[in-house]
Amino acid sequence: MSGQAVVQDIDWPERLYQTFKRAGIRQVGYVPDAGHAKLIDRCRADPEIRDVVLTTEEEGVALAAGAWLGGERAALLMQSSGLGNCINMLSLARSCRFPLLMLITMRGEWEEFNPWQEPMGSIVEPVLKLCEAEIYRARKPDEVEGLAERAVQTVFGGERIAALLLSQELIGKKVWTK
Amino acid sequence: MKLERRAAMATLLADRGDDLLVVPGLGSTCWDLAAAGDNDRNFYLWGAMGGAAMIGLGLALAQPGKRVAVITGDGEMLMGLGALGTIGIQRPANLAVIVFDNGVYGETGMQPSHTHGRADRTGVDLLKVAAGCGIDLCLDVADEAGLADLAGRLKGLNGTLFARVAIEAAEPPRVLPERDGVVLKQRFRAAIGV
Repeated sequence: MSGQAVVQDIDWPERLYQTFKRAGIRQVGYVPDAGHAKLIDRCRADPEIRDVVLTTEEEGVALAAGAWLGGERAALLMQSSGLGNCINMLSLARSCRFPLLMLITMRGEWEEFNPWQEPMGSIVEPVLKLCEAEIYRARKPDEVEGLAERAVQTVFGGERIAALLLSQELIGKKVWTK
Repeated sequence: MKLERRAAMATLLADRGDDLLVVPGLGSTCWDLAAAGDNDRNFYLWGAMGGAAMIGLGLALAQPGKRVAVITGDGEMLMGLGALGTIGIQRPANLAVIVFDNGVYGETGMQPSHTHGRADRTGVDLLKVAAGCGIDLCLDVADEAGLADLAGRLKGLNGTLFARVAIEAAEPPRVLPERDGVVLKQRFRAAIGV
């Protein structure tokens, strides 16, 4: 087995779930995305984690604020397009310094078939910077867990906003024809 | 005769108890809450329009042993209507979402909201929306008796509750609470010991 094969075999969604467990995440809000499917399944199967499916991503920003007010840690899962739905609600996290951990699967940046994903995908990082969020980007499976740990520290240690971007090459191409 | 908003808020919060946590919407309901008496267990909103019910949901899930009341306006609720669907799925037994519905945007000059024409069926009926979202107990509060009933149910809250309170379209003088978000957050957490 080559070293490359070992890296590719890393089950990064499972590592993210384990990171959530170590961090004591108790509420996970999400708008489903194929790239988050396995992590969502793991959270749904865990009786210690409340999975909260949302109608729009901005609900998750408010959910996480409420969770923190009540003494619980939350995480928010979304696709890159969802960040655009959050912008005004992020002022809640900034005005009150609520911890906000976002895991964002990227679209529109690598062998993207759907050009409609590009306008929002291409401005995810600048938007996050403008919102004073700390940005971590994982491109390879072996980077995911370490960066997730750092994001957790930033968020709950410093009461800040952080986003872990999961690059499209990590997730793989969406299959359009079956 | 529609209810007066400040009196309605005072009735709902009379002898509130330390286990009641309150999240208003931004604007008029925030001033109503402040006017009813400051409390560390209030989390006043000065922004985040459309977010009040979801803040209440996250809080209710985190604190199942306490009662959470979101008391917001029709405009704020309309901006986050999807939250009613999300709450209908989660159904925490300790969450009440109460909408002071006057059919207008009071802060900005009394422009009609989507609920304005509800009485003659040309507007949005938030009770039907909430019921359609799977919230079992949806109360139409239109008079003092209904308000007293709601206050009683809030005291013994044991199931997700939605209430529309028909209030008159008046703007009493603003009563402004603390507006530093970090202070509001810290004092709230300290008050409930987290």
